[in-house]
Amino acid sequence: MRFSGNSLVKQKGIKMKQFIAFVRKEFRHIIRDNRTLLIIIGMPIVEILLFGFAINMEVQNITVAFYDPKPDAFTIGIAERIKQNSYFNYQGNMQSMEKMEEAMRKGKLDLAVVFQQNFQEELVQSGKAAVQLLSNSSDPNRGSITATYATAIIAGYQQEQMDLIKIPFQIQTENRMIYNPQMKSSYMFVPGIMGLVLMIICTIMTSVSIVREKERGTMEVLLASPLKQGTMIFAKTVPYMVISFIDFIIILLLSYFVLGVPVNGSLILLFLVAIIYITLTLTYGLTVSTLVDKQVNAVIFSAITAMIPVLMLSGMIFPIDNMPGVLQTLSFIVPARWFIEAVRKVMIQGQGFFMIWKEVLIMIGMIFFLLLVTVANTKKRLE
Amino acid sequence: MSNKVIDVSNLTKMFGNFTAVDHITFDVEEGEIFGFLGANGAGKTTAMQMLCGISMPTAGEGTVAGYDIIKENELIKRNIGYMSQKFSLYEDLKVWENIRLFGGIYGLSDKVIAEKTDALLKQLNFQQERNTLVKYLPLGWKQKLAFSVAIFHEPEIVFLDEPTGGVDPAMRRQFWEMIYDAADRGITVFVTTHYMDEAEYCNRVSIMVDGHIDALDSPAALRKQFNADTMDEVFRQLARKAERD
Repeated sequence: MRFSGNSLVKQKGIKMKQFIAFVRKEFRHIIRDNRTLLIIIGMPIVEILLFGFAINMEVQNITVAFYDPKPDAFTIGIAERIKQNSYFNYQGNMQSMEKMEEAMRKGKLDLAVVFQQNFQEELVQSGKAAVQLLSNSSDPNRGSITATYATAIIAGYQQEQMDLIKIPFQIQTENRMIYNPQMKSSYMFVPGIMGLVLMIICTIMTSVSIVREKERGTMEVLLASPLKQGTMIFAKTVPYMVISFIDFIIILLLSYFVLGVPVNGSLILLFLVAIIYITLTLTYGLTVSTLVDKQVNAVIFSAITAMIPVLMLSGMIFPIDNMPGVLQTLSFIVPARWFIEAVRKVMIQGQGFFMIWKEVLIMIGMIFFLLLVTVANTKKRLE
Repeated sequence: MSNKVIDVSNLTKMFGNFTAVDHITFDVEEGEIFGFLGANGAGKTTAMQMLCGISMPTAGEGTVAGYDIIKENELIKRNIGYMSQKFSLYEDLKVWENIRLFGGIYGLSDKVIAEKTDALLKQLNFQQERNTLVKYLPLGWKQKLAFSVAIFHEPEIVFLDEPTGGVDPAMRRQFWEMIYDAADRGITVFVTTHYMDEAEYCNRVSIMVDGHIDALDSPAALRKQFNADTMDEVFRQLARKAERD
């Protein structure tokens, strides 16, 4: 039997048949491999619960005491605010600084709030009054977060008073407070976990599945077959695209129902951002597969160039604003940075497309750049 | 006058300054079993990749299955079968799934695939293994299956890159019976091998040394030409001249 190969219709039919046969094969590879399956289904669930609960950056049950040498309306007002806040656990008013220090030393207090003498008079006369916040920073993270919470509460109180009594003074507010009044850390982590999980599945899995064919020799057989490279690569990415989309939905559902993270913006816009990011990470997986010949190297290369930057430089754990300038610049080339920013804007802040077009454009630009690199590398290999 | 299914002249492949394949000229006739021998690094695999349309020749010209190797390599690919040196089926797919996959890649219809699968499994006596994952088959069976899949779409030529590596002699003989069957059906067989006893099974044999073809004839004629008792001796005489490692 000889194929004519002349009629275009027949050609198209063959391509479709090849494509379907190949997609089916890829799904079988995934289903047959328990470890792959475990990573695909288990990872998003574990990560979301881990980051949501276990690695909780939220600080709760902060023990607090006050030292107020001369109580007045303002100091009582501030103290009340802190007492009422559910994150704080009120331990009482101390009679002296010595007693306060003793309690701190014994580890009974996370936070000491010390008002200056004549707080109200100072405030009214000079427009300035001081509150000292002594936080137990033996756990530096907990300490700084404790201080941040208290500062935020006091700032909120000052704002209110300023509105009431019309005394002008400068107030610094924490930006995150606007969107995350309770400072829930899960709000911060959910977009990061999405970025991480999708990167792992798309980049590592795709590159490994292509490199595996090179390593086992099946690639040669495919190259000698009428299967076009484009068809093969597209067929390879389809299952991972489907899976990563399912994972994205799993994370979304878990974070909504389990962690109580709201979706404030448009769900369609959120899906659009996800599709662009998935395409980007898949393309990066293809790029990696043209650079390495062994599965092990594909994993290591992907992990170093994709996973670690997501963890370190994407703003998932460490705020980009707090990084040294060099790292801030470096974070520009981390795809997850733009995805996480876009997701935070849409999901948490409820903003529309006009606020994320920059992130979207950068990700699309990255896709085209990686495609160019991939095509250039592939040609070199087959030349 | 018989039909030439492979006809190449001055085929050359260079990687930078290194000439992997150096102006080789030969032809293979329809239905022939053509042995392509050479030490490791002599350029066999590169030459074969050019014939299969995987690798673009640096110079030279020729046709495979009637199609130009430079311009029509995609058409060549449809009319050949290929079995790689490494095992060429998917271990984590079942026997029928592998057959089905390659049937699909070569554009066969589902109906044809189903019919031919039944016939093939029966012929190989593999009916029991239809749903077995390929990784659980013994090596000899895997290679038989890989060969059957390589000629499943009835190609004009099948290229076999050291198909019997690591298999015991009894299994190798069985494998060669399959090769003869395929040749009887008019499929040209182009085979590389390390085993010199297998070279004796071929109609004609070429021996590559340092990118050249140094000898090309029937095994009997080569033995006579080199005044040797076995193909192994012929091969050693030629391989001694090799300068490449």
